[in-house]
Amino acid sequence: MTTMAAKPIVPTKKRKLSRRAAHYPIWFIYPAAIVYGVLFLVPTFASLYFSLTRWTLFEAEFIGLDNFIQFFREPFLSQALLNTVVFAALTSALKVILGLALGVLLTSNIVARGFLRSVVFFPVLVSTIGVGITFTVLMHPTHGMINEALAFIGIKGPGWLTDRHLALYSVALVDVWRGVGLATVIYIAGIVSIPGDYYEAARIDGATRFEQFRYITLPLVRPAMFTVIILSFIGGLRLFDLIWAMTRGGPGFSSDVMASVVYKQYQAGYYGLSTAGNVVLFILIALLAVPLNWFLNSREITR
Amino acid sequence: MKKRQGFALTLITAAALSASALSGSAFAEDKVTLSFLVDNASNSIAWANQLKEDFEAKNPNVTVDIEIRPGGTEGDNIVKTRLATGDMTDIFMYNSGSLLQAINPVQNLTPLTNEAFTDNVIDSFKTVVSANGDVYGVPLGAAMGGGMFYNIPLYEKLGLTPPKTWGEFMANSQKIKDETDKTPVIQTFKDTWTSQLFVLGDYYNVETAAPGFAEAYTNNKAKFATTPAALASFQHQVDVFDAGFLNEDFQAAGYDDGVRMVATGEGAQYPMLTFAITAIEQNYPEHLNDVGFFALPGEDADLNGLTVWEPAGIYLPKTTTDHKDVALEFMSFVASTEGCDSQTRAGGATGPYLIKGCSLPDDVPPAVKDLMPYFQEGGRNGPALEFLSPIKGPNLENITVEVGSGFRSAEDGAKLYDDDVRKQALQLGIKGW
Amino acid sequence: MKWLRKYGLSVLSIAVALVVFVVPFIFILLMAVKDKKQASLLDFSWPQQFQFIPNLIEVIQTRDYMLLTAYINSTILTVASVTLLVFFAAMVGFVMQRRLAWWTGWVDFFILAGLMIPPAVVPTIWLLQILHLFKTLHGLILIEVAYNLSFAVILFRNFIATIPRELDEAAIIDGARPLSLFFRVIMPLLKPVTVTIIVVQSVAIFNDFVNPLYYLPGKENATVQLTLYNFQSQFVSQYNLLFMDILLITIPPLVVFLFFNRQIVAGMSAGAIKG
Repeated sequence: MTTMAAKPIVPTKKRKLSRRAAHYPIWFIYPAAIVYGVLFLVPTFASLYFSLTRWTLFEAEFIGLDNFIQFFREPFLSQALLNTVVFAALTSALKVILGLALGVLLTSNIVARGFLRSVVFFPVLVSTIGVGITFTVLMHPTHGMINEALAFIGIKGPGWLTDRHLALYSVALVDVWRGVGLATVIYIAGIVSIPGDYYEAARIDGATRFEQFRYITLPLVRPAMFTVIILSFIGGLRLFDLIWAMTRGGPGFSSDVMASVVYKQYQAGYYGLSTAGNVVLFILIALLAVPLNWFLNSREITR
Repeated sequence: MKKRQGFALTLITAAALSASALSGSAFAEDKVTLSFLVDNASNSIAWANQLKEDFEAKNPNVTVDIEIRPGGTEGDNIVKTRLATGDMTDIFMYNSGSLLQAINPVQNLTPLTNEAFTDNVIDSFKTVVSANGDVYGVPLGAAMGGGMFYNIPLYEKLGLTPPKTWGEFMANSQKIKDETDKTPVIQTFKDTWTSQLFVLGDYYNVETAAPGFAEAYTNNKAKFATTPAALASFQHQVDVFDAGFLNEDFQAAGYDDGVRMVATGEGAQYPMLTFAITAIEQNYPEHLNDVGFFALPGEDADLNGLTVWEPAGIYLPKTTTDHKDVALEFMSFVASTEGCDSQTRAGGATGPYLIKGCSLPDDVPPAVKDLMPYFQEGGRNGPALEFLSPIKGPNLENITVEVGSGFRSAEDGAKLYDDDVRKQALQLGIKGW
Repeated sequence: MKWLRKYGLSVLSIAVALVVFVVPFIFILLMAVKDKKQASLLDFSWPQQFQFIPNLIEVIQTRDYMLLTAYINSTILTVASVTLLVFFAAMVGFVMQRRLAWWTGWVDFFILAGLMIPPAVVPTIWLLQILHLFKTLHGLILIEVAYNLSFAVILFRNFIATIPRELDEAAIIDGARPLSLFFRVIMPLLKPVTVTIIVVQSVAIFNDFVNPLYYLPGKENATVQLTLYNFQSQFVSQYNLLFMDILLITIPPLVVFLFFNRQIVAGMSAGAIKG
């Protein structure tokens, strides 16, 4: 959209370029950089060293790559890897699609638009533990409201969180439930900033609603969509708290994801091993998310 | 020059003296606050609160400030982090046995060996709070047994008696299944830790069938999967699942549901540690007399005995220097008969205390009455594996959930647990692995 | 028929929204006012006895009014960290979107890294202690800023991409210095995305429990999520109190949201940029 709305003036002279840079001084990023560098980057680099040690918190013994070897011997790691990717892909896909649908719906002339906008956003307001407790109760196999409602219409509901083939997907649905409001808001922000003239022009040319969506909304909402894709995909790969609040990776090991495996090592007091797992998780995310980000950025012709 | 130096020294000494005099007087006049970290189990909170109240009544210038942390492995991490960062409370409660060894007592805790009050502590407890020949803790709570709670009215109605062998246990359960609509065996896998009882509570039977298992296991010589008696513990879980003895919602039910079911008679038998008696007393006092207890049955009726858990301890971190005397005073109070009585008032009697001279009231609930013979002359009991070996695999509870839900065979589960144990041994840096 | 075409979608949307998004909240509300016995049934039913006041009082009184301390701490934490976050992130987003230099690639990398790398807890505690920030509220405030920067920068940068550079040029020609260019010209235009970030981040930080658990231990430092975490084990079998706590700690984010909700709509129409 910026390619149309605001084509950057291409600087022709070197002098002008330097003048331009002076108006966007580098010190603008210093406050953020200091806080981020000290409190995030320094501990992260320290943890790279600790991942090579047997670490009891009280002492650290250097053991080379043993932690990484041990981590890849984790019996359920392959399952957890698969779960992680499935979970991230599923939840981000649903958030991208449902969020867009809701974003379009909630910017159209619909009755009770304000109410619906608020309601869709409500779940974002509840804490993860709150959501976890509530849905664990709602998804209880015998007393839970969901299965009682299903029983009312004659269906025997499954054990949403106790069936080992289903638990991961149940958590994924809850994650979409609580996260779709955020995606919708990002979409709405994108859609609202599309100049109204475009739609007007399209209507004059006799474009149908679908054509307006296909040829105006969809291309121009792309930056918002990319934001939603990146945020929800990386969020999905990293997701830990909701899984922990709802299933703790169970039943057994069936809904374990990378982050919960890493946390279990931490819980067991294997600090070096856990830190190594964190590094592995980081590499996995980087392998998937960096190319994705690069691909999306290359399609977004801004700057 | 020399004179000036002397003057400076005098000045410093005087300043130091007046400072210490000031703090001394402050100590006498002001209230001393003693911070005390306990876990969030309702028993621990009840004991800590009652001890606080009674100790404050005796020592009006002291305020005990109780801080509560989560239990389980999350709590382990908090304790470790706070010790490692020097931010521990004045005194804290923590497990004895293998978990205590993991927080490096020699480096982090003040030894109590020379304190007179440790003479009051029974030796069996001292061994599980010792490292390098020094004693580090006093017991909070009573000794516990891991076994089976049962509903007495249901047993009486069917004319059953507590079983001594696994065969009798299965026969009893079958009868309950056939003749009533009650659940024969309660399982509560929402709280995954409760799934381990069939394995952990069976250890006395393992040790009698395979003497020396604990040591061989620690030295990488014996495995669960290849020791028939140890494998049987996992097999028992499969047995009760295959026979259809479990409550319908065993995967979604929690510890509290289990306690309710066995107390009210919705279910007949619930494998659990005896500290659940407090939960029954607090939540279902009207059913306290309906619940009995027996040790997990093994192969041989004559050799049947109880697997025992030592209670948690109270420890003094090295970082406590300001109110060390008050902290020791508090620990001395806990390790006295007054301390036991205080705990009995708070949570009722749950088992024998580990303080010399402590007695239980006469009107203890039936479950405690059932527990006592195992500890008396001629009774058979032995410590749980975690007090005999520093190695306990952290994933046992997830494995027993899988085995107990029929996802995995006993052999597979035992093998998987052996792997988990191996990892723990490697992480602890134990020789021979 | 005409009516159906005009309102069918609206009615359908409202119905679905009610079932999917509203019923769970009604459930929380109903559970919170039930008595202990009925709440333990976990079903969706009308309370036989309304226990709103007794439940409320019991939850508030638990652990020496822990909830009230927690409200104060969480409010300070949220307001301070979101304020810093908005200014820091907007400045970074602005410079990053407008400039292309050798270091922008690195900054991009670090922004993405901040989204991807799970924080290392114990080294962080070690560092906070050296800086005398461990167990302090301002230490936790800075932690929340550091951990949430990436998200906010990305949103700001993407939004700034929609602001025409001609606006900058005009201001520069008028002689605006970088600071006034940013605060007078750009910042006001960022209102919609700023409101979004304020709402999203204040909710996230208010609802955060992992970081307070590690970096702000101690009873006097409790935050609201820690109360829920603590009560979860204390209120075993007392689901009514647990849900009352959920209800109580959900109210502040709800109020913030309802307050800003209008701002979002108003801000959005005002901030819509005409090409």
